[in-house]
Amino acid sequence: MNAAVGLFLQAAFVENLALSFFLGMCMFLAVSKRMETAVGLGLAVLAVQTITVPVNNLIHGFLLKEGALAWAGLGEVDLSYLALISFVGVIAAMVQIVEMILERYFLPLHQALGIYLPLVTVNCAILGGSLFMVERKYDFGESLVYGLGTGFGWFLAICALAGIREKLKYADAPEGLRGAGLTFVVVGLMSLGFMGLYGIHL
Amino acid sequence: MTDARTKDLLTPLFDSNPIMLQILGICSALAVTKTVATALTMSAAVICVLVLANTFVSLIRNHLPRHIRLIIQITIIATLVIVVDQVLRAVAYELSRQLSVFVGLIVTNCIILGRVEAFAMNNGVRASALDGLGNGLGYSWVLILVGGIRELLGTGKLLDVSILPTVAEGGWFEPLAIMLLAPSAFFIIGLLIWGLRSWKPGQKEAAEFAPQSVAREVEPQ
Repeated sequence: MNAAVGLFLQAAFVENLALSFFLGMCMFLAVSKRMETAVGLGLAVLAVQTITVPVNNLIHGFLLKEGALAWAGLGEVDLSYLALISFVGVIAAMVQIVEMILERYFLPLHQALGIYLPLVTVNCAILGGSLFMVERKYDFGESLVYGLGTGFGWFLAICALAGIREKLKYADAPEGLRGAGLTFVVVGLMSLGFMGLYGIHL
Repeated sequence: MTDARTKDLLTPLFDSNPIMLQILGICSALAVTKTVATALTMSAAVICVLVLANTFVSLIRNHLPRHIRLIIQITIIATLVIVVDQVLRAVAYELSRQLSVFVGLIVTNCIILGRVEAFAMNNGVRASALDGLGNGLGYSWVLILVGGIRELLGTGKLLDVSILPTVAEGGWFEPLAIMLLAPSAFFIIGLLIWGLRSWKPGQKEAAEFAPQSVAREVEPQ
């Protein structure tokens, strides 16, 4: 239990995918102008990330890894070079399934997320989470916690940035810096803050 | 080369730079710019994938059903990325270890899907290939510039050749440790955007909220 809580906090804060690894940056910068849209996208990422990382873990463990096909009598087959294309496929499929479930059972939430759900497919935080899961050799339980933690961390980060940017539009910035330039500098300062957590091992 | 072709190639360099104006492909631009060597490798990989993806999608654009175009585009891109990844592992294993997951993440690099969807779906093969090359080069010069600044100020070296002799080696230059940390990439790109927009004022963004100028009566002295 302790290890699980530690991994969750590590994934959400110390190794925040947005602010320490810069994953999902395009969307992070593009959709953080207003708080409501940021919360919507953050929740969509959280939901998809929590599902895809464990599912990809199963696929990698039972189909792709070297020797993973031993149960089918194909012990020497190594399909790990197919990891990328299968992960992308799983992500696209999961996004589609999540969208269908939400539309059927949670209509208000589906309407709130709107166009952000399909966009999550090309969010590199999702694919990055799965690739890190493979690189660090997490087992199924760990990958569940890792998916939840990274999704939560991304959600928190985009909400924080949206909060800052809502205030920032009242700032009288130099003309060339206004908009994109200033957002970059702000995100830089935020990630500098997150560096303060660096090296903490839970 | 005709004028239109030259324009396809050159516009993305400065006038609609993928990183600075379209704000696409930021993730990798920040993560792999610690040294020039990784920035160069990443640039080469992205240019390869971008040119080939644009070319292939443009070739089949008239046969693609609209509803499943995204899946097909992503499959083409992912296949190209796997090839590039395998080649990189075979040829330059050390560098590909340093790039870690970021080569794989080219699949979700929005520059590639963005150009395929916005340009290659509506244009001929040669124009698409040139557009891919142009955008790849636009991405590369920013990446290499940021990588150069970070490596030079962070370690005093460029491509492992000592330029500024550091204090540790008996020179005068005290390396700026912050340049090796990720946030510095944000500051550098932010300032580059500022510079580019001062040079080309057309790219400036309008203020969402302007302070109202209050007419103040001048009191007679």
